[in-house]
Amino acid sequence: MTGIDNDMIIAPSPAQQMRRRALRHWGFLIGGSLLGLIVLLALIAPLIAPHDPYVQDLSQRFLRPVFMGGTWEYPLGTDHLGRDYLSRLLYGARISLTIGLVTAIISGLIGTTLGVAAGYFGGRVDTIVMFIITVRLSMPVVLVALAVVALFGGSLTVVVLVLGFLLWDQFAVVMRTSTQQIRSQDYLISAQALGCSTTRIVMTEIMPNVLNNLIVIITLEMAHAIILEAALSFLGLGVQPPLPSWGLMIAEGKDMLFFEPFLITIPGIALFALIFSINMLGDGVRDVTAPENRN
Amino acid sequence: MPRFLLKRLGLAALVAFTVSLISFSLLFLAGDPAVALAGEAATEEDIQAIRAQYGFDRPIAIQYMAWLSGAVVGDFGESYYFKTPVMELIASRLPTTMQLGLAGICFALLLAVPLGVAAAIRPNSLIDRFALFVSVVGQAMPTFWFSLILIVIFAVNLGFVPVSGTDTWRHFILPTIVLGYFATPGIMRLTRAGMLEVLRADYIRTARAKGLHPVKVLFKHALRNAAIPVVGLAAVQLGFMLGGSIVVESIFALNGAGLLAFESINRNDFPVVQALILIFSIIYVLLTLLADLLNAWLDPRIRVA
Amino acid sequence: MEPLLSVENLRVEIPIGAGLLKPVRDISFDLKKGETLCIVGESGCGKSLTSLALMGLLPRAARRSGDRLRFAGRDLLGLKERQMARLRGQSMSMIFQEPMTSLNPSYAIGNQLTEGMIRHQGVSRAEARDRAILLLEKVGITAAASRLAQFPHQLSGGLRQRVMIAMSLMCDPELIIADEPTTALDVTIQAKILGMMKELQAEFGMAMIFITHDLGVVARIADKIAVMYAGTFVETGTAHQIFDAPTHPYTKGLLSCIPVPGKTKRGSRLGAVPGVVPSLVGGVRGCGFASRCPVRQAACGKEPALTDRGAGHACRCVMDSDALRNMVWEAA
Repeated sequence: MTGIDNDMIIAPSPAQQMRRRALRHWGFLIGGSLLGLIVLLALIAPLIAPHDPYVQDLSQRFLRPVFMGGTWEYPLGTDHLGRDYLSRLLYGARISLTIGLVTAIISGLIGTTLGVAAGYFGGRVDTIVMFIITVRLSMPVVLVALAVVALFGGSLTVVVLVLGFLLWDQFAVVMRTSTQQIRSQDYLISAQALGCSTTRIVMTEIMPNVLNNLIVIITLEMAHAIILEAALSFLGLGVQPPLPSWGLMIAEGKDMLFFEPFLITIPGIALFALIFSINMLGDGVRDVTAPENRN
Repeated sequence: MPRFLLKRLGLAALVAFTVSLISFSLLFLAGDPAVALAGEAATEEDIQAIRAQYGFDRPIAIQYMAWLSGAVVGDFGESYYFKTPVMELIASRLPTTMQLGLAGICFALLLAVPLGVAAAIRPNSLIDRFALFVSVVGQAMPTFWFSLILIVIFAVNLGFVPVSGTDTWRHFILPTIVLGYFATPGIMRLTRAGMLEVLRADYIRTARAKGLHPVKVLFKHALRNAAIPVVGLAAVQLGFMLGGSIVVESIFALNGAGLLAFESINRNDFPVVQALILIFSIIYVLLTLLADLLNAWLDPRIRVA
Repeated sequence: MEPLLSVENLRVEIPIGAGLLKPVRDISFDLKKGETLCIVGESGCGKSLTSLALMGLLPRAARRSGDRLRFAGRDLLGLKERQMARLRGQSMSMIFQEPMTSLNPSYAIGNQLTEGMIRHQGVSRAEARDRAILLLEKVGITAAASRLAQFPHQLSGGLRQRVMIAMSLMCDPELIIADEPTTALDVTIQAKILGMMKELQAEFGMAMIFITHDLGVVARIADKIAVMYAGTFVETGTAHQIFDAPTHPYTKGLLSCIPVPGKTKRGSRLGAVPGVVPSLVGGVRGCGFASRCPVRQAACGKEPALTDRGAGHACRCVMDSDALRNMVWEAA
């Protein structure tokens, strides 16, 4: 109980604490490893896929997966055109991940720019940005996305662009609030007093401090985009055949729903696992970086 | 209060106007509606005739003004496909969607609020873990896939409910569950977080110090305060659900505005799509206004200034 | 006659990880009807937890135990939460430190004032309302009837604390525990509220446990004083004993911090107690005050017992009474 004891205790650095929390957070660990596995499988799909995902063999239609009495030739069976389901599933992961990533980049750029501008400048800029956000929120996403895809024709590019231009609202809302909070901090006021330029302040003072929130929103919106793409493709107004989008695979299997449910179960589980892993990772990042915000 | 209301209604009108402008220009940016309308086998003369008939040869601004002057009095023109007024068409389908949305939000609240409260009372307990499971699964489950799974299990294998259609209340059961479950995770998380915070509040300790019954402490003193943000979220979620009913209605062939929207998009029936986008936007803005009013009514700090 | 409240070796323990936090250790005292006990100590010494333990309002993680906790002829340690709830607000009530957050923002104060009485005494809403108006007037709130419809956010901190005091009196309790009720208020309002509480106590005849860190407050209202340090009482006695003949070095240190008119010489420096309350993690070995004590000695490594130094004046120190009496506070 002497004063010296306290000084001798070496507190772990924030980075060490964060690493320690991450390694104890099961959601972070499970989400991270599952997502890592899916990304890995998508990257090495050409190496491990047993068949070409596009080659049809009408003599081999609706073969069942190996665990339902099928053969190892087609481990997850075949679809209505005799295409290998496992190969399509692996290549489908590439589509979902691409959609999620590119959409998050586009919407992240739009939303962060709007949000940071609104939070930093306030006043009239804020009013205008808030109005744009309200307009965007009021537009029914699925309906508008379907209509636009129908007009421009379904393709990966169109879907990514449409979703990118629709899903920036959360970025804007969260970045605006975070920037507002930082805006009133003393270190920002002192940076201004030192005569730093706005660009410099935004890049060196604001961005590093909103990064945690940004990562969380990126994961949220990736998951959102992947689900929406699947839904659009399922409704026939997204990625077009013969691309192996998981939503499209479910749509194609829907007609055989009552006879061969595995056709919708397998891509559905894949979709679920991907969204689940991204959400877990996002929640984990939030808990690990800002444990005080945990509910 | 009247000034606040007037301001919000003005904002709603401005939002609706902007949305209509965006959707109108989008539809025209995408290409020539006359070509789309005429179909693939049409000749150049056919297309010219359609252009003249629908007034597509006029400048966009003029067309928009014409459309807008009708829209403000509820005249959205005529459906290309049905050849009937768009407003009548929508009016006949919207109630189904409204019923579905209201049933869905009720389902969500009945599931999410008790679960969120129970989870907050005993953090890290079995019920808290169950609530977390329900919310995590709900967030990761694509609605369209969930719909198909429910159809396979409850309509086909067990035969409890009809597969699709709009005829009886039983047709609404599965769509309600799907749509309601979609809104559950958000409401549950907010309820849980709100209750956790409120239960730590000093006034809860005061209520306990008064010797009130624990149930009364929980529901009168805690839930009342935790519920304020939940009500707002529920109203907003209802707006998202109405807009998102398009997927569920298509799968269950529920004859509402969502299905109408889907069919109209596939038929290039632009006036209907245009009107539906606008109407869903207005409903959303009105719901957020309703949420604000409910908040003000529930929270004396806003109500009694 | 049996005292109203009799406490022997009250303890509060909080398990943390593998260890055990002991924020309140071996608290003992008796309180008679109509008496006022002041518990004095620095923030973090365990005063608030002591009061919550008496009310049975400890946070869920904390555990209460003790050798005796008798109140008005009942053994509180053996009571179930349901039975305890019957006593709370009825025969013992509490006033909290934070008037700004201690009232529910969603309900009018009339509602919050009356609900306890309606539950405990089964009276009608109108009867409870009449009582509330009467008490609001007693605590000096004008236009009491019209205040009942007001919400907490419409009242100032001082008014809210008056409402809290009225609320604690609704069922005419035998004991009121006040946990720093004036700390959050302006000094002028503090004085008024203190005076008012003294008058009310005289009028209603209830006993009071008053928790504070402010010796000025103690001097005005205490019959008995318990000086608390690092989770336990280091000195107990009547107000006269403590103020006129403080024995424990900590008490002496505390008293040296306040100027006394006629006693403190003009131009002399006021005292101070340097250092901080030791952390409770890992428990306290020996006398908790040793690290800050100017007269510490080898024997301080073992925690001394609270021993009677005559006429009920007790002190927890290894030194004998004569040595303590002659000790003069000089900061270590």
